[in-house]
Amino acid sequence: MNKTVNQKAWFFVIPVFVLVAFNAIIPLMTVVNYAFQETFGNNVFMWEGTRWFKQIMLSERFHASLGRQFLFTFIILFIQIPLGIGIALTMPKEGIGVPVCLVLMSMPLLIPWNVVGAMWNIFALPDIGFLGHSLNALGFDYNFTQQIGDAWFTTILMDVWHWTSLVVLLSYAGLRSIQPAYYQAAEIDGASRWAIFTKIELPKMKKVLTIAILLRFMDSFMIYTEPFVLTGGGPGNATAFLSIDLVKMALGQFDLGPAAAMSLIYFFIVLLVCWVFYTLMMRNEEKS
Amino acid sequence: MSLFILIKMKGWYLMAKVTLKGLSHSYLKTQSSDADWAIRGVDIDWNDGGAYALLGPSGCGKTTLLNIISGLITPTKGDILFDDKIISGLSPVERNIAQIFQFPVIYDTMTVYDNLAFPLKNRKIPEEEIKVKVHEIAEMLELSSTLNNRASGLTADGKQKISLGRGLVRSDVNAIMFDEPLTVIDPHLKWILRSKLKELHQKINRTMIYVTHDQTEALTFADQVVVMHEGQIVQTGTPVELFEKPKHTFVGYFIGSPGMNVLPCQIKGNDVIVNGKKIETHQQIKKNNFNKTEVGVRPEFISFSNEGIPVKVLSVSNTGRHKIIDTESATGKIKIIAKSNEDIPSGSAFLKFKKEYTYTYGDSWIIE
Repeated sequence: MNKTVNQKAWFFVIPVFVLVAFNAIIPLMTVVNYAFQETFGNNVFMWEGTRWFKQIMLSERFHASLGRQFLFTFIILFIQIPLGIGIALTMPKEGIGVPVCLVLMSMPLLIPWNVVGAMWNIFALPDIGFLGHSLNALGFDYNFTQQIGDAWFTTILMDVWHWTSLVVLLSYAGLRSIQPAYYQAAEIDGASRWAIFTKIELPKMKKVLTIAILLRFMDSFMIYTEPFVLTGGGPGNATAFLSIDLVKMALGQFDLGPAAAMSLIYFFIVLLVCWVFYTLMMRNEEKS
Repeated sequence: MSLFILIKMKGWYLMAKVTLKGLSHSYLKTQSSDADWAIRGVDIDWNDGGAYALLGPSGCGKTTLLNIISGLITPTKGDILFDDKIISGLSPVERNIAQIFQFPVIYDTMTVYDNLAFPLKNRKIPEEEIKVKVHEIAEMLELSSTLNNRASGLTADGKQKISLGRGLVRSDVNAIMFDEPLTVIDPHLKWILRSKLKELHQKINRTMIYVTHDQTEALTFADQVVVMHEGQIVQTGTPVELFEKPKHTFVGYFIGSPGMNVLPCQIKGNDVIVNGKKIETHQQIKKNNFNKTEVGVRPEFISFSNEGIPVKVLSVSNTGRHKIIDTESATGKIKIIAKSNEDIPSGSAFLKFKKEYTYTYGDSWIIE
């Protein structure tokens, strides 16, 4: 059968294309433009080739912030994913407890990023903050504005507080979608609680957990506002994660070329890690 | 090796008689009317080694009853006995039963072999013994060639075979229960799997309880069928008994295709009057203290005659094997099944009911 040739359908694609162009492609191309050129303002550009990329790739400052970024992301994933699953497992399955827990769990997710940062900043202040003051009263020498360990501890605690709920909600949805027959069959087969968790619950949650890990990876890898408000990247550069470092370079030092190159490298790292992770997780899924 | 299998085979004869005594269950905390009970007043005696079916429409309480037997639900009232021992308080594991669910339950990440071995591993049975048993069952279910595949890659009927296999590997189960196990299976595979079940029952001779809303499945699988309606058992009997002598009008129209004709009637003295005509029924009517009396007769047992109940012939449909005739009498529609070569009168006609298969019902229950 011959298909009718009709190119008019492309007209329907145009509005979407225009929208995407304005909010994604054009800004991105601007960044690409800056990444390969040098500018002194007044729309004067000079071609620099891959100079900025080489500079960034060899820069110790970039290595340091990238290292900090990976360490931070790894730590929060390591805490939030098991903790989220654990909380989801203990949440009630029916009755009034369900909406109560769901609303309580959603609360941190509804608070704007900078408010979270400000809240935790005040909460953790060593002299007047509840957390900071209490820790000091208990005999710990705690000061997140001056000690690197304390700054990391506070940033991680803040992120766990803010985002574990997302993992909980996704895990809970995954758990609730498991048919009761699986639990009944497991009971009849004499499976232990651990076996039920590893052989039924975890495999059934695989897809939502993949999404949860991806979302948490991306969000934490691009984290900016909360540590910016909490520690400002300090003390020194101790909590200057990639985004914070990038903004310092682009807006603080006005090094537009290197900042643009760094943006692109940053973007490709996120893309690459997500792609590799997703492909690995989904390689055994049937096509059904 | 052969001796070993023999010992294991002996295990297959360790089955149990299943008795249910005055079993009632409600999902509500307090019950005010009959409708609040999912099942009420159920008494059953199932001998070991039998094939039984629980038949009834959706929501009649058959799954509840099955889950009570397997121990997934604790009944509000009544006792469950295996071999005359009360086991009501025992967990599903302690009761040692197997249950196959409506849709296949498999452990996705495990191979077919590991799926079949899972119930045995949980019971800490030695690896060697597990191996023998799993291969034996896989052979029986024709799963041997897929033993090393991941279970998640199988088709629906293959997965359901695994669920079945997990019940069969345990040599000492008291009963195997099926909760509409063929629901998700393709029609052409249904037949194969059903014959397989029947064959397995003959081979291993274990008590099997099969829950379904499909009369064909129930009647072909079971020696004894229990028909449930609104939480109660309305009749227990062989497929033939259910067909020839329905004890409740519900059994009459639930079993058979089309179901039994049920017509209102009056009882005057010993006579049964339908549409003003006296008709002969199977029973002698001795009492009449009912709110509602009805006559039931299957379409198979009605024929056209020169006299009898006057009807108007509405339509005739030929199914190939027989004709189904819709007629209308003064008090309701009557269906008739006739041979496909039989001549059907058009317009007005008279119907005659076969006396031996015509029953009178008082308040829906057969008058004995």
